[in-house]
Amino acid sequence: MKKDQVPQDQCKSYDGHKKLMYAVDDKGHYQGVSSSGWEVEGFATEMAVQELDNKVSEMKQALLAGEVSPIAYYLPFFRFDLMSLAHATGFFQWQIKRHMKMSIFIKLPLNKLNIYCDVFNIPLQELKQPVFKK
Amino acid sequence: MIPIENNIIHQQSSHCESGVVANMLNSQGFSFSEPMVFGLASALTFVYLPMIKVGGLPLIAYRMPPKAIISSVCKKLGIQLHSQKFSNADEGMKALDKALSEGKLVGLQTSVYWLPYFPEDMRFQFNAHNLTVYGKNEQGDYLISDPVFEKVVTCPADDLKRARFAKGVLAAKGLMYVMDIPKTTVELEPLIRNSIKKTAKMMNGLVLPFFGNKGIRFLVKKIKSLENKPKKDAALFLGNIVRMQEEIGTGGAGFRFMFASFLDESSLLLNDNALFEIAQYTTEVGDLWREFAMKSVLFCKNRKNVSLDDVAKSLAVCADHETILRSKLLQWSK
Repeated sequence: MKKDQVPQDQCKSYDGHKKLMYAVDDKGHYQGVSSSGWEVEGFATEMAVQELDNKVSEMKQALLAGEVSPIAYYLPFFRFDLMSLAHATGFFQWQIKRHMKMSIFIKLPLNKLNIYCDVFNIPLQELKQPVFKK
Repeated sequence: MIPIENNIIHQQSSHCESGVVANMLNSQGFSFSEPMVFGLASALTFVYLPMIKVGGLPLIAYRMPPKAIISSVCKKLGIQLHSQKFSNADEGMKALDKALSEGKLVGLQTSVYWLPYFPEDMRFQFNAHNLTVYGKNEQGDYLISDPVFEKVVTCPADDLKRARFAKGVLAAKGLMYVMDIPKTTVELEPLIRNSIKKTAKMMNGLVLPFFGNKGIRFLVKKIKSLENKPKKDAALFLGNIVRMQEEIGTGGAGFRFMFASFLDESSLLLNDNALFEIAQYTTEVGDLWREFAMKSVLFCKNRKNVSLDDVAKSLAVCADHETILRSKLLQWSK
């Protein structure tokens, strides 16, 4: 990639920041060049962010309908997946899946709820009653 | 609170780990560029692990696993690396303060998600992000040189503590490290030769089909098989590859440009024109990876003239050229 070909596509995900790329001058020698983003990369990022946002709103609806517990909502909200949440909480994945059911969640003892509070960094009240932010 | 500000030369880098090492060494008068650090560590590779899923998508990486660069470079350059982990978060913060008050630059492993200065769309649950702390201001906020940012940043103590002690995959457990540069000078030529040789050897892959060239060809097959999957799944699969290659701070083309820059710098250092020619060839290889990323996204955008087969073919071209690159590197480093 030539220096003057380094994309400057003002990617939304960069939020005004710039990243450092490596590109060559006319003689083929390298330099660091800062870039405001590449449209190709930005598209891939937005697709992933969109997918996460969809999951969050899907879970929000399911939570409001009483189909799932707040754990199911917070998992995508805090950008976890089952594996990473299992690692972070120390629960098994099958346990977390159980905790996502409202009938199980309401019976969870305080020490287990506190583990989730700690990992999500939210107070107990908010774990039980999610406050929806825009 | 008495503010502390230790001397740091902050230079923006593409990648966190190579950047932290370069900045910590440069600040102590041991001059190394980010690509030189990356190259000496033989950090370039390719990995496709279909059985390890991150957010439902397979693990794909273009470099060696976290901490490989730090440990490898320190070993090769004779740098004394003092690293510590903590079972108690408060103790970890105290140890950080103590090291800062002794005038040290302190490297930390942190979770990207809990660092408030990261833009929203770049925050994800990744626990192996490296940064350097160089002081503390009057409010008790830490002064941080995060190598992927243009300028130095600050971070409140509570957030930094959370980022250091976030649990999960690759959990840092408060890992902090200090580097003491060696008193003796380092002979770079043999180090460069050996690290290039190691990279070249790894490029073929191991016995298993997940690494190096074998890994790339395995991914080619997988992309072809996406034909039988719903369009949306195929798009997310390809999008994930593009993100790992371009988004997460690789300097472009999944570290291929950074590696080429290392070869270029080495060729000037060693006054070796053959190596410079290999650097230029590596640039061409990098351009092919960029083309593959572009084709992938065109497919995601539903452009009718780009099929999954075209995307797979474009990746196969990368694999072909890396095979040639490997033999050139082996030949040179013999």
